[in-house]
Amino acid sequence: MSDDRLDVRKTYKLLINGAFPRSESGRSYEVTASSGDFLANVAQGSRKDVRDAVVAARAAQAKWWGATAYNRGQVIYRLAEMAESRRAELADHVASAEGVTRGVAEATVARSIDRIVWYAGWTDKIAQVFGGANPVAGPFFNFSLPVPSGVVAVVAPQDSSLEGFVDAVLAPVAVGNAVVALASERRPTPAVLLGEMTATSDFPAGVLNILTGLTGELTPTLASHEDIDGLDLEGAASQADELAASAAGSIKRVLRPRGPGSDPTSLRRLRAFVETSTVWHTIGQ
Amino acid sequence: MSTAPLRLVTEQDHGVRFPEISRVPAVESETQLRGLLASLSGVDAVGAEARAAKLATRSIKKSTKLAAIDLAISMVDLTTLEGADTPGRVGSLCAKALRPDPRDASVPAVAAVCVYPDLVAHARSVLGGASVAIAAVATAFPSGRASLNVKLLDVREAVAAGADEIDMVIDRGAFLSGRLGQVFDEIVAVKESCGRAHLKVILETGELVTYDNVRRASWLAMLGGADFIKTSTGKVPVAATTPVALVMLEAVRDFAESTGHLVGVKVAGGIRTSKDAIRYLVLVNETVGSSWLTPDRFRFGASSLLNDLLMQRLKQHRGAYVRPDEFSGD
Repeated sequence: MSDDRLDVRKTYKLLINGAFPRSESGRSYEVTASSGDFLANVAQGSRKDVRDAVVAARAAQAKWWGATAYNRGQVIYRLAEMAESRRAELADHVASAEGVTRGVAEATVARSIDRIVWYAGWTDKIAQVFGGANPVAGPFFNFSLPVPSGVVAVVAPQDSSLEGFVDAVLAPVAVGNAVVALASERRPTPAVLLGEMTATSDFPAGVLNILTGLTGELTPTLASHEDIDGLDLEGAASQADELAASAAGSIKRVLRPRGPGSDPTSLRRLRAFVETSTVWHTIGQ
Repeated sequence: MSTAPLRLVTEQDHGVRFPEISRVPAVESETQLRGLLASLSGVDAVGAEARAAKLATRSIKKSTKLAAIDLAISMVDLTTLEGADTPGRVGSLCAKALRPDPRDASVPAVAAVCVYPDLVAHARSVLGGASVAIAAVATAFPSGRASLNVKLLDVREAVAAGADEIDMVIDRGAFLSGRLGQVFDEIVAVKESCGRAHLKVILETGELVTYDNVRRASWLAMLGGADFIKTSTGKVPVAATTPVALVMLEAVRDFAESTGHLVGVKVAGGIRTSKDAIRYLVLVNETVGSSWLTPDRFRFGASSLLNDLLMQRLKQHRGAYVRPDEFSGD
């Protein structure tokens, strides 16, 4: 290859409704590596991108939850397959975004992919673990069934650009929610890459929408949007109180930030955006 | 709530210059009608589309947007034209027409409800003497394929049942095969059968193929006595578009300038968002002027549009995006 070849630079775009648009606002912002070097120009989402993403998520959610748990698991597992074949690229981005060595980044990517597989496995086990048959005094069955909250907004962790993102986003998706995720403000590229992989993973359009942009600008819109049912504030720790107060206006379920170091095998996130539906049923002959 | 007076004008008000003597030319023969329509200049299709697209970029915000939303609500013909319509559904539609947002009395009532003729009597019994008009689609809607006698009977029965407005369809087959006299005579006959009811003539522009045809059909309908010309039935794939509305508005303007007779325009089919509706309002303002920005001269035929207008209105007041299910489906 000759040295005078022009660089083909990648544009990091949003993921809304299965498409990769630039921000409606036309804005972008510069992301630097931990070393301070230029890394990428990333779309700077606006509140109208939030609006569009929520419309897409709402439209997609019923069908996602209506699919069989087995099918949801297959789709999420497919994402792990896609990530597996792009491990090197993910590791490059994790290393430059988080300022860790190549070896640490590769280990992070491996754990993240295993985590995707873990969530894929959970899809058809939620009902058994979180649901149950309740004892009643009468000739009836009484069941508690876990059902998804609906549309969940996730403010992804600011530091853990891939592993934390996978955890925060796939837990609500696995239990049947549609998600609007806001990637880490300074380290968004691993999340954008993962979004691109969903395009080849049979993810129905709108189930997972990924926005990039300024956390402080977009979180108030996510918190006050009345058509969002749940809000994970992991990446907005400093604003968490006021955002939770704003979310109360539309009675959202809010998951408060737990910070780094939480137990990776915890079911906290899987449980966070699940409602319990109680069903009575006659005992047949 | 205080809303500033609606002011969509940024250049100058493109008002209609009325002629000194008002007179609609009498059509005495098909030959004369043909000559009259042939004398209309052709539509610059590229220009019309470019102008409509340009006007669609105009940004209407804040208090002007609120005023535009309220104006658009007052221009809605709240429509249900389904085979599965029931009196119950029409009843709830009428209630919604009177009070679009039950929690907020400052939301204006819509202009009319639009139903099939057999449901007019029920709508009248619900609405009584309220200000919301009842529009009936008559003349073998939506295809218009029936004999003239059947069409006229359809119209008379709807008017007798209490319809204030009749939405008729033209015979597109006759128009496209050049039987202009037949189309014209039908409009005249239907107008006569309407009595005091207003007549809206549906051109079904999606089936007219060219903008030239839209312009000629608009003139033909206006010469025949239409009080409104309407784009579409909403039953064919291509419904209202902004270039078609532009062509029709220009026809209305030219007709007013040459005859002194004011005809309204109704856009129908596929208008679902407030943004779309406001684009049409801009188009009206810039083509025929602000005197057309009233429910007497401009209407939206729509069903789901009203909920989006209400959502946007609430969003402007609350400052947060609103759940679509805050408002009833029908």
